[in-house]
Amino acid sequence: MTGQSALIEMKDIVKYYKMAGEKMTVLHNISLTVNHGDFLAIVGPSGSGKSTLMNIIGCLDVPNEGSYKLDGMEIRGQSDNRLTEMRNKKIGFIFQGYHLLPRLTALENCELPLIYRGLSAKERRARAMEALERVGLGERVGHRQNELSGGQQQRVAIARALATNPPLLLADEPTGALDSKTGMEVLGMMEELNRAGQTIVLITHDMEVAQRARRTVIIRDGVLSEQKRRDSHEDYAGPHNGGQERLIEQA
Amino acid sequence: MKITQGLIMAVKSVLSNKLRTILSMLGILIGVATVIALVAMGKASSNEVASQVSTLGSPDSLSVTIMGRGTVTSLSVDEALQLGELSNVSGVAPITSTNGYAKYGRTQVSVTVEGITPEYEEVKDFSVQDGRYIAAPDINNKTKVALIGTQTAQDLFEDERVDPADAVGRKITINGYIFTIVGLLESKGDSLTGSNDEKILIPISTAQKIFQVSGVTTINMKVTDTKLMSSVVSSVEAKLYEKFRGNENAYRVLNQEEAMKTLNSVNETMNRQLIYVAAISLIVGGIGIMNIMLVSVTERTREIGIRKSLGAKKRDILFQFLVEAVVISGLGGMLGIIIGNIASYIIGEVMKTPTEVPMNTMLLSFGFSAFVGVVFGYLPANKAASLRPVDALRHD
Repeated sequence: MTGQSALIEMKDIVKYYKMAGEKMTVLHNISLTVNHGDFLAIVGPSGSGKSTLMNIIGCLDVPNEGSYKLDGMEIRGQSDNRLTEMRNKKIGFIFQGYHLLPRLTALENCELPLIYRGLSAKERRARAMEALERVGLGERVGHRQNELSGGQQQRVAIARALATNPPLLLADEPTGALDSKTGMEVLGMMEELNRAGQTIVLITHDMEVAQRARRTVIIRDGVLSEQKRRDSHEDYAGPHNGGQERLIEQA
Repeated sequence: MKITQGLIMAVKSVLSNKLRTILSMLGILIGVATVIALVAMGKASSNEVASQVSTLGSPDSLSVTIMGRGTVTSLSVDEALQLGELSNVSGVAPITSTNGYAKYGRTQVSVTVEGITPEYEEVKDFSVQDGRYIAAPDINNKTKVALIGTQTAQDLFEDERVDPADAVGRKITINGYIFTIVGLLESKGDSLTGSNDEKILIPISTAQKIFQVSGVTTINMKVTDTKLMSSVVSSVEAKLYEKFRGNENAYRVLNQEEAMKTLNSVNETMNRQLIYVAAISLIVGGIGIMNIMLVSVTERTREIGIRKSLGAKKRDILFQFLVEAVVISGLGGMLGIIIGNIASYIIGEVMKTPTEVPMNTMLLSFGFSAFVGVVFGYLPANKAASLRPVDALRHD
């Protein structure tokens, strides 16, 4: 795979839920391409469908219509086990709430995805150590969640996501639970990773956070629109009303 | 995921909440300990039965008891001796048993007086330690000679300042008749039918005369080969059936094997029922584990979501929770075996009978408790494995 080939290729993705017999469409014909080496931010207010989109990108959920190719492999119609394998091999998750297992140490948390990949204990340890050192936590490998600060916890989560060397790093509101200074540090780390060639998709409601990405798309009411790089906020606010004020404020 | 890794993970998780683990394994623990203790107790009582039955006589002996019911109530000595003509019978010893009073000096004791023939020695394997046995001429002449049991000798002579060992040659009265003691019986201890040492043996003809009885009360027989026991028993029964004109209640034929079977079957039935009850407690214990595991799955929904998002397949989660259930129940089973063995030792000390817990019982109860873990762990494990990662991650 070269730097410019597509890692994510979405075409006319539709996702709807049936609630009390009524069809509720959350994503309307979404098409999105993310190339290797991209740093994309998906911005949208709550209820815009960005979480659903993230779940689909992360193979945690499947679309009802359309086609989604991740690293060349069609996701729609795959079995649960195959999706799980894709998550393990292709995606590193960074969640808003860190989602570390509290009973495990930082090192053990980082080893977790490697356990499910079936690596030997020795190799797991080496790769988890390497990932923790990359995020600057080489000294804190034996600490548990309650012995780490929020920023450190999120760095462990990043290390866990990096441990499998995934083509895609998928971050869901990675700074949401952090103070602004720590949040900036985490974003800085992501920028650095991107410079080293890591493809990153970032989901956020915060325009300021999204500005750190190289490319931004906006999702509102299940419809995706591209924002030109370093454009004014007008484009982002778009022609529609509702919700944009808050986004602008946050930006 | 590798199996060993899964085991390590499950054990870690089980050990991380010790109190809960102990409480949830309690049901299995008590169940297994009870089963083990009951089996040990059952073994102890069947050992007891076996040792008691063995005092009835050697395996090649059988006895016929005349109950005295029906139109023909008794069997004469001659008729009894005819049983010896049946094939494969090596010896017949008819006995008339009555209660009498023996007196020496001023001491009087109540004692079982058995009228016997010389074959008694061989058939009952009961010899004298001093003096001579009752012989054929004693029977023919109805002489008043007696063999005395060690306990009776002691009861009779001790207060008269006579060494019981010097019993031979002394004269005692039995129901007023003067008898000469010609032999002191060897000591045999107690048996199911009473003490072997508290009795006086006299010639059967003499007994019939002084107690005015015509028939025999018991006939002891010996067979040539233990393997032929059942065929001898049936031919003896056929003969008696004919003699008592078809009244099967008039007699009872008993051999050691039969007695053991009867006593053990009662024993076993009771034991089996107790073990069933204990086994039910194992099932109840399993339900306890299921309960805890279901709570655990709900509590750890988010953990399951995280694991699934990181690449845990359905079977990985299923395996993890199933192994946790099995580890809890298996640990409970192991502790139950240890406690059951301690209980069995205490029971042995209290009952004064050696108890034993067979190895296969231990393996079986361990296997069963692990099995209970699999059965009752499956539902919670499957619930965990079937969670959708999206929903599980959203769970607080």
